Amino acid sequence: MAQVVFREATKTFDGVTALDHLDLEARDGELLVLLGPSGCGKTTALRLVAGLEEPDSGEVLIGEQVVNDVEPKDRDVAMVFQSYALYPHLSVRRNVEFPLRQRGVDPAERRRRVAEVTESLGLGDYLDRKPRQLSGGQRQRVALARAIVRSPRAFLMDEPLSNLDAALRLQTRADIVALQQRLGTTTLYVTHDQVEAMTMGHRIAVMDRGALQQVDGPQAIYDHPANAFVARFVGNPGMNLLPLLAVHEGPPAAYGDVPGGTVPLGAPFVTDPALARAAAVVQGASSPSLLAGIRPEHLRLGEDGTIDATVLIVEVLGAEVHVLCTLLDGTSKIVVRQEAAARRPGAGEGVRLVASPGTVHVFTGVSGARVGGSS
Amino acid sequence: MPSHRRRHPHFRRRSRHVVRYVLLTLGALVVLAPIYLTVVNSLLPVSALAQRPPPLVPTSPQWGDYATAWSQGDLGVYLRNSAIQTGVIVAGQLTTSILAAYAFAFLRFPLRRVLFVVFLATLMIPFEVTLVTNTTTISDFGWYNTFQGLTVPFLATGFGTFLVRQAFLQIPRDLREAATLDGYGHLRFLLRVAVPLARPALGALGVFSFLAAWNQYLWPLVVTGNGNGVRTVQIGLKLLQGTQVSHLNVALAGTVIAVVPLLVLLVGFQKHLVRSLTGGAVK
Amino acid sequence: MTTVSPPTGTAVTRGRAQAPGPPRRARRRRVREAALGYLLVLPALGVFGIFVFYPFAANFRLALYRTPPYPGLPSHYVGLQQVGQVLSSSSFLQSLGSTALFVVMVVPTGLILGLLLAVAAYRRLRAMAVYRIIFSSTVVTSVAVSALIFGTLMDPVVGLLPWLGLNPSPPILENTTWALPAIAVMAVWQFLGLSFILMSAGLSAIPDDVLEAARVDGATDRTVFWRITVPLLSPTIFFGVVVATIYAFQTFGQVDILIGPTNAAFEHVNLLVYNILNTIEVNKTSGQAAVLSIVLFVLTLGVTLLQLRFLERRVHYGN
Repeated sequence: MAQVVFREATKTFDGVTALDHLDLEARDGELLVLLGPSGCGKTTALRLVAGLEEPDSGEVLIGEQVVNDVEPKDRDVAMVFQSYALYPHLSVRRNVEFPLRQRGVDPAERRRRVAEVTESLGLGDYLDRKPRQLSGGQRQRVALARAIVRSPRAFLMDEPLSNLDAALRLQTRADIVALQQRLGTTTLYVTHDQVEAMTMGHRIAVMDRGALQQVDGPQAIYDHPANAFVARFVGNPGMNLLPLLAVHEGPPAAYGDVPGGTVPLGAPFVTDPALARAAAVVQGASSPSLLAGIRPEHLRLGEDGTIDATVLIVEVLGAEVHVLCTLLDGTSKIVVRQEAAARRPGAGEGVRLVASPGTVHVFTGVSGARVGGSS
Repeated sequence: MPSHRRRHPHFRRRSRHVVRYVLLTLGALVVLAPIYLTVVNSLLPVSALAQRPPPLVPTSPQWGDYATAWSQGDLGVYLRNSAIQTGVIVAGQLTTSILAAYAFAFLRFPLRRVLFVVFLATLMIPFEVTLVTNTTTISDFGWYNTFQGLTVPFLATGFGTFLVRQAFLQIPRDLREAATLDGYGHLRFLLRVAVPLARPALGALGVFSFLAAWNQYLWPLVVTGNGNGVRTVQIGLKLLQGTQVSHLNVALAGTVIAVVPLLVLLVGFQKHLVRSLTGGAVK
Repeated sequence: MTTVSPPTGTAVTRGRAQAPGPPRRARRRRVREAALGYLLVLPALGVFGIFVFYPFAANFRLALYRTPPYPGLPSHYVGLQQVGQVLSSSSFLQSLGSTALFVVMVVPTGLILGLLLAVAAYRRLRAMAVYRIIFSSTVVTSVAVSALIFGTLMDPVVGLLPWLGLNPSPPILENTTWALPAIAVMAVWQFLGLSFILMSAGLSAIPDDVLEAARVDGATDRTVFWRITVPLLSPTIFFGVVVATIYAFQTFGQVDILIGPTNAAFEHVNLLVYNILNTIEVNKTSGQAAVLSIVLFVLTLGVTLLQLRFLERRVHYGN
């Protein structure tokens, strides 16, 4: 068991920065999810730990050891690949056994551990099959078995569920969480799926364009996104981001102008000095330089609303309904998430929207960094 | 656990790469040396050919050898003949392959499967096996020392038909049906849809045919054995080889001239070439 | 059997009633499509008929007739006697032996060198495209070109061998021991490009992540090569063996250009195809040449069938 640490790790490919001074630690025994869109550097980070890539600068540590110069075979980490990367010419038994053989484990011990691991993953009946004779879910479990059979210091999982169908994905998600809990092995789990990240991770590291955006527990990430990118990326649908045209102090709390109305910003300037500074910034700017962020579930339709909007599409999802509207500027879109039972407007209808007090986040429009607002 | 040694983070990768580049360069030298020495020799004066150690750079290049090879060795004529022979074979193979492949891929007719197997069966019969009777046939046709004799036996290819048919089969059925609804007949569908979509395969076949035809040796030797009229450059090289040492550099100049068109082909069409050469092997 | 159940009967009637479209037009379209099909296949089929199948089949008839070596005289039927005669003749056995030896010299060397170059050039490194072009380059050279290049390098006067301390007497290309290996060197060099291209294609078909998984699983570079790369490459290697063997069987030009029938070492380098042509053109005994052609065909077919059998048994790799 060991923690995995990135220190200022940087990696470029042909001049394109894949990873930009990454500082991150997966604590001992933790399941840390690396979350981000494709090309954000999460897989590169994983491959640095595996030793399949070497950092241009900075360090990668496993346990207390800097592993930059250590060959992959000597790092004692196990990796589960997106495509599983099973050896197509070897049977399930030989696949699972492979890492043990390379480490010179004696045959009796090898047999015992293979039997134990494959049994626990329900692969006992398939030991003599070749990978191509297995279903997708079984292949996935062989890949897991091959990873856990040698009790490595850390697991590296690169989108291990993305090739499974939806039902199987849910099941396997739970299996992996249970497995990781039982073994207590430090795990880096890469995914682009924010639901997977929220449900599996002890903590989530959100990445974009090679840079770490935020690392925190799932609920904290959802409630307090560090910037506009995280706000948009986490949650489905993501947070609404509206141009904030002006910020006013006004009893009882500050409020902001958005196209077609106003939103409450929660706190008065006195208690949130950042807001006051933001107000000053926004006043001097010629174009909107702040964004107001509101989660769809914190909006509702109502006569008492403060934002005028026009309904574009109503999406019925069964338990809930998403109402997609345009604001008066014609370009800003906003999604309202409401109970299925609530009144459904028709497309083209003019509506008024209410943002619950204390739920509006403020980000700068340029860097996307969080300024203040809802806490 | 291996002992942890602090080194420059790039050291391991760099040293590994250096070793690899050294190996690669050695390999490249071994592969290229024969060609390079030939080019150098072709530019040396005859007197310098026996010099030891062999000169690695032609200090005063004798371009005259090339002119000599061109005029005296009839190389110009041979090159022209090769160009015609190769051109006819490439065009012919592309045409017959496209036509037959279209029939096999898109049309239904009795015995279609049998005929396709017959086409594939030609792949099992090396040309050398048919030599005995083909020489008689050519003589009966009066085709010795003619371009017909050089080219007609090669105007169809089972391999090419197979390659193009595979490409045609990749064309979605929907597209055929949509074209039918648009009023495309077979000819228009072939020319406007099938051929453009199969361009990669056709390119591969074209390059492959070019290479094979240009480098043919056995058959041109048989057909043009006793006449200059349509002799190809490969046979011309054999005749140059027969000359004395005093003309050796001319022979080598001829060799270089004969390879140049193909090196251009290689650099310009490497993808096509690789595709055709591995067509049957991988995937 | 005597009663037909009503539903079936109804179904049959209904089916008849709904027979699609006017049948005559459909049939005419089918006939026209078939006619077009034959028309398109015909040009290629004609060429194959005249220049592949007819001469191929003729071998089996010619083999039974003895052709007198003087033109104009009628050939006469001798049955299998001639076949036996040719197959037991010392010149044939020597030719077959040389060809077999030649295959043994060319095939493993050509393939192993090609594989080594392919493995070395496999990684994505800078300038790799240049190396790939260089390694594939000999694929565009012809037998005549390789013969001229190596004929010069091996020449006893202007060649490099004497200078390198290799100066067998008689000269290498007239030497009964060394002539065949010398031709093999040219053949390997000329085959190297194709070998490299085949092996590279085979390598690139192996998924990267399988090789990476092996490295993470603790395998050394050597283990990855022998345990993962080679097994996964085995279909390509086998295909390469077939291609190389057929290539070696068909070698002709280098012998024709550099050796020839007046050479002292000729009998040791009289490869099968050269033997066939020589029998046709010099001996003018087409019956004997036909027998040799059939032997060449059987050998080629044998190698090809071996490959097919292997392919049938071969595991279909890939998930």
